[in-house]
Amino acid sequence: MSGKEVNEPEQIERKIVTPGDEVADAGFKVITPNTIYVKGDKYYSLVVGLAKKDLKNKTISIIPLEGYYYPKKDDVVVGIVTSVGLTSWEVDIRAPFPGILYASDFLGKPVNPAKEDLTNYLDVGDVVIAKIDTFDRTRDPHLTTRGRGLGKVKKGTVIEVSPVKVPRLIGRKGSMQSVLEGETGCRLVIGMNGRIVINCPNQDAEEILVLAIRKIEREAHTTGLTDRVKEFILKEKVRRGIISGR
Amino acid sequence: MGGKGEKPKLIMDDGRRHDGRAFNELRPIKMEVGVLNNANGSAYVEFGKTRVIAAVYGPREAQPKHIAIPYRAVLRCRYHMAPFSTDERKSPAPSRREIELSKVIREALEPVVMTELFPRASIDIFIEVISADGGTRTTSLTAASLALADAGIPMRDIVAAVAVGKVDGVLVLDIDQVEDNFGEADMPVAAAPALDEITLLQLNGTLTKEEFEEGLELALKGIRQIYSIQKETLRNKYLKVEVEE
Repeated sequence: MSGKEVNEPEQIERKIVTPGDEVADAGFKVITPNTIYVKGDKYYSLVVGLAKKDLKNKTISIIPLEGYYYPKKDDVVVGIVTSVGLTSWEVDIRAPFPGILYASDFLGKPVNPAKEDLTNYLDVGDVVIAKIDTFDRTRDPHLTTRGRGLGKVKKGTVIEVSPVKVPRLIGRKGSMQSVLEGETGCRLVIGMNGRIVINCPNQDAEEILVLAIRKIEREAHTTGLTDRVKEFILKEKVRRGIISGR
Repeated sequence: MGGKGEKPKLIMDDGRRHDGRAFNELRPIKMEVGVLNNANGSAYVEFGKTRVIAAVYGPREAQPKHIAIPYRAVLRCRYHMAPFSTDERKSPAPSRREIELSKVIREALEPVVMTELFPRASIDIFIEVISADGGTRTTSLTAASLALADAGIPMRDIVAAVAVGKVDGVLVLDIDQVEDNFGEADMPVAAAPALDEITLLQLNGTLTKEEFEEGLELALKGIRQIYSIQKETLRNKYLKVEVEE
């Protein structure tokens, strides 16, 4: 995106903004309040991001290009246990706050701390796929492992990407994820906090997948990425002799 | 900071400074973001022979827990000069001066960082001066605000800083070590241009009221130049990727 790019029929203006940049005046509707602030009758950017200004519908949104993970209710996250308490675990979810996972929730039954030792179920360093049960800024987020696909991770590899790149990794309606899964034969669990659990049929598939994910991370702000990733995986497969060229 | 020795001539006969700059000219500036892999955000800034690396970690859980504030994030800052950054080896232990500068830099950044979004968390800034040739606090501040933006931390604006000095009776912009040592005054200024706010103002030496006003104007002009280089640097990180394709 060389500076500005105006799409005539849709009247959408996209550009890269930095903190303090004026993005719109009053009258526009703010879609992403976390990355925009008001001063006087103007809107300014709070982050380094991609601003999307819809001139027809009068809306403004800024998607950050750098950032952290901020917990949101019902997000699926991949956490790593950092400490074991008497009735709960403390889980690192790459957020400014630690996640709390109650033993009664994880085990699905009441626990008696006098009789049971929680390290028998989850120990420091174990990986869990969990959902954010409750969160508001006054208290640390509570996690739950009740639900399909949630719980302790028994096998696979965990890789980390920047949390702001996660939507791109999933793609519109999961398009990017299904390309990644379909082309490599791997299974992905993408946590909204930027941790991904991957299960691959073989070493080559895993290496190709990781390279593809790194490519997505590098080029997250560009357009037409899904097709380029598909092509990249194909090329990589030919190079490794998994499929013959042409 | 090095022996003082004989006072050299600071303003040449043609009105230029000892290094050939005009009175309102900045030193050659170089900036880069994302220089460190393990930090959430980082920046390298060079003003002539003054070179600084800044790293930002966070927002993360505040450690130790008792420093956490219930309604906002704590901003922590460490300014440190590397032992090899000066002419004579500097002890790596934090000196009185470094502790003070850490505080001053933190307070200059607090007005722009949206700390209220992260209750109980901490945002940590580490600044390492690699090479010191005057104006390290302003260079550090410039690097620290770039690193904060690179970490994706919400900020109302980017802070840029520069010092104005009075040498041989002339007000000059962006003074270096020699001009600082033998000049009559040194006034570091930091501002957030879009917010139209000054976040740091110090003065060492004496200026008349008129000189002060003129000096401040000179500094703000310099700050606007630095500010546009900062924004350019942040944008370039992404524009470059597209060129690769």
